[in-house]
Amino acid sequence: MQITLGPLLFFWPKEQVIAFYEQVAQSACQRVYLGEVVCSKRRELKLDDWLAIARMLQASGKEVVLSSLTLIEAESELAQVSKVCANGEFVVEANDMSAVHYASRAGVPFVTGPSVNLYSAEALQVLHRLGLKRWVLPVELSFDHLKLILLRLRELGITDLETEVFGFGYLPLAYSARCFTARNEELGKDHCQFSCIKSSSGIPLATQEGDALFTINGIQTLSGSCHNVLDQWQVMQAAGVTAMRLSGHNSDIINVAEEFALAIANNAGGKTVTQERSCNGYWFGQAGICTARN
Amino acid sequence: MELVCPAGNLPSLKAAVDNGADAVYIGFRDETNARHFAGLNFSDQRVLKALDYVNSSQVRLFVAVNTYAQATNWRQWQRAVDTCAGIGVNALIAADISVLDYASRRHPNLNLHLSVQASATNQASLSFYHEHFGIKRAVLPRVLSLKQVEQLAQKSPVELEVFAFGSLCIMAEGRCILSSYVTGESPNTVGACSPASAVRWQQTANGMETRLGGLLIDRFDHHEQAGYPTLCKGRFRVNGKVSHAIEAPTSLNTLDLIPQLHRAGVSAVKIEGRQRSPAYVAEVVSIWRKALDQYQKNPEGFVVQERWMGGLARLSEGSQTTLGAYSRPWQ
Repeated sequence: MQITLGPLLFFWPKEQVIAFYEQVAQSACQRVYLGEVVCSKRRELKLDDWLAIARMLQASGKEVVLSSLTLIEAESELAQVSKVCANGEFVVEANDMSAVHYASRAGVPFVTGPSVNLYSAEALQVLHRLGLKRWVLPVELSFDHLKLILLRLRELGITDLETEVFGFGYLPLAYSARCFTARNEELGKDHCQFSCIKSSSGIPLATQEGDALFTINGIQTLSGSCHNVLDQWQVMQAAGVTAMRLSGHNSDIINVAEEFALAIANNAGGKTVTQERSCNGYWFGQAGICTARN
Repeated sequence: MELVCPAGNLPSLKAAVDNGADAVYIGFRDETNARHFAGLNFSDQRVLKALDYVNSSQVRLFVAVNTYAQATNWRQWQRAVDTCAGIGVNALIAADISVLDYASRRHPNLNLHLSVQASATNQASLSFYHEHFGIKRAVLPRVLSLKQVEQLAQKSPVELEVFAFGSLCIMAEGRCILSSYVTGESPNTVGACSPASAVRWQQTANGMETRLGGLLIDRFDHHEQAGYPTLCKGRFRVNGKVSHAIEAPTSLNTLDLIPQLHRAGVSAVKIEGRQRSPAYVAEVVSIWRKALDQYQKNPEGFVVQERWMGGLARLSEGSQTTLGAYSRPWQ
């Protein structure tokens, strides 16, 4: 079971991003996904800056993947996706069909992130023909669904496709044209003053009764609770999952990775780190917000 | 521009046709379509009746098989596609690449439209679906500004259909699972958003409370009209302040944009609302028919009439309408 670190979903100042990835270079994470996937207005780091971090991580023995933007509206954003796909150095994680289009046309292998809707082995087969090497299970699918998909993939004769599962972090739930962080500051998106930078792990949204519901992160809506299915790694591995993705909202994710690596090394299942309110319902076929017991 | 109208049952379909629809879109009575609600949609038998009715009026029939085929019963989507091809519908509306792939290989003459649920918002995505599955048209998600629609229309390899009127999805369609996070069911998996089975209405001393999956979505004063508890339109607490943090109950209305959309080269405008009543469908379709006819007769002198706007506002969520993402300030 490989430990991977998903793309940073939040808007941090450049120095903080660089310092974070210097820590990541020394961490238990084996594969690191890099790049801005939420909002094209976040320009603390340019593509060249990300490439510099990518090379630094690679030199530290990490496998590096460049992640592309998820919701593409403007032509300038599409140009950015095209540029990422044409980097010629690192594998690209497609988070939209536009990136699948560019990568498959160029004949380069690609992987897909959780926002590319692949709900069946038959759908995976279509992209596999075009060069898909690895996919991330859509976060709302259960282990039972995953087992059926993996079984069917074998029936279809597809044996070289790697499967990664989103294992820890706030779940990406929705993308919008509207920026909710700016709305919360009573600003329009065009005049957002880059307010995301003020909330390094998003803004909690609760019901009027105080139940945590969502986390606002610019145009993205995340879960209010931290999804955690790390304790399921052994059944995942037995089913054919090759990697578990961690998604960080602060630098604690480094510790999560260390503890998880230790659990794997000791072949220990059962309990895993839970520093905060967590959920795991999706994995057990329930509402994502639920905390189910195996 | 073609006027594409919704029908959740045969009376609504007749209402749409009788009031001037150019095309009507429907879905089967199962989770293969994104409006899978109890008591709604068409059995195979009813689809034949629908086809008879539209054919006699030279109106086109589109069938939405636009959820994501699930591993548990992939063949159900396959069957839905075969049925559409077998009875000769004018277009199949689909989002899932496995459904599109199957349809384009098995039924090469079947006209394919890309559903809004596919979240194709840009020229490269549209090219992907066009090159691999031969789609003829795409329905654009409600996330693009008018300027972005205009730019996309210039380069699009396929016809574009845009949303004209109806309930407003705030999130990019096909990329929103708020509903399954709270209820276990989403548009992508079973064709449901904020499903009725998870809804509770409770009259309390604080007013009417609406809940979804047990969570409080909104609380209405006695003078307020309580709305259906959709997650994106509730009143929530953010930084200590209670507000419609995501969006207020409102409907999309783009009558004002008819000239711009037409000049941009948009091929069709879509009315949302397969879950709505025949009376609703009749009124919305009739107003849009009048507006489109008047525009066609006299493009330069086109003026949106007060009574059209008033009529549509009365049929809107919270009696309010918006241009949504077409307008940058809304974003």
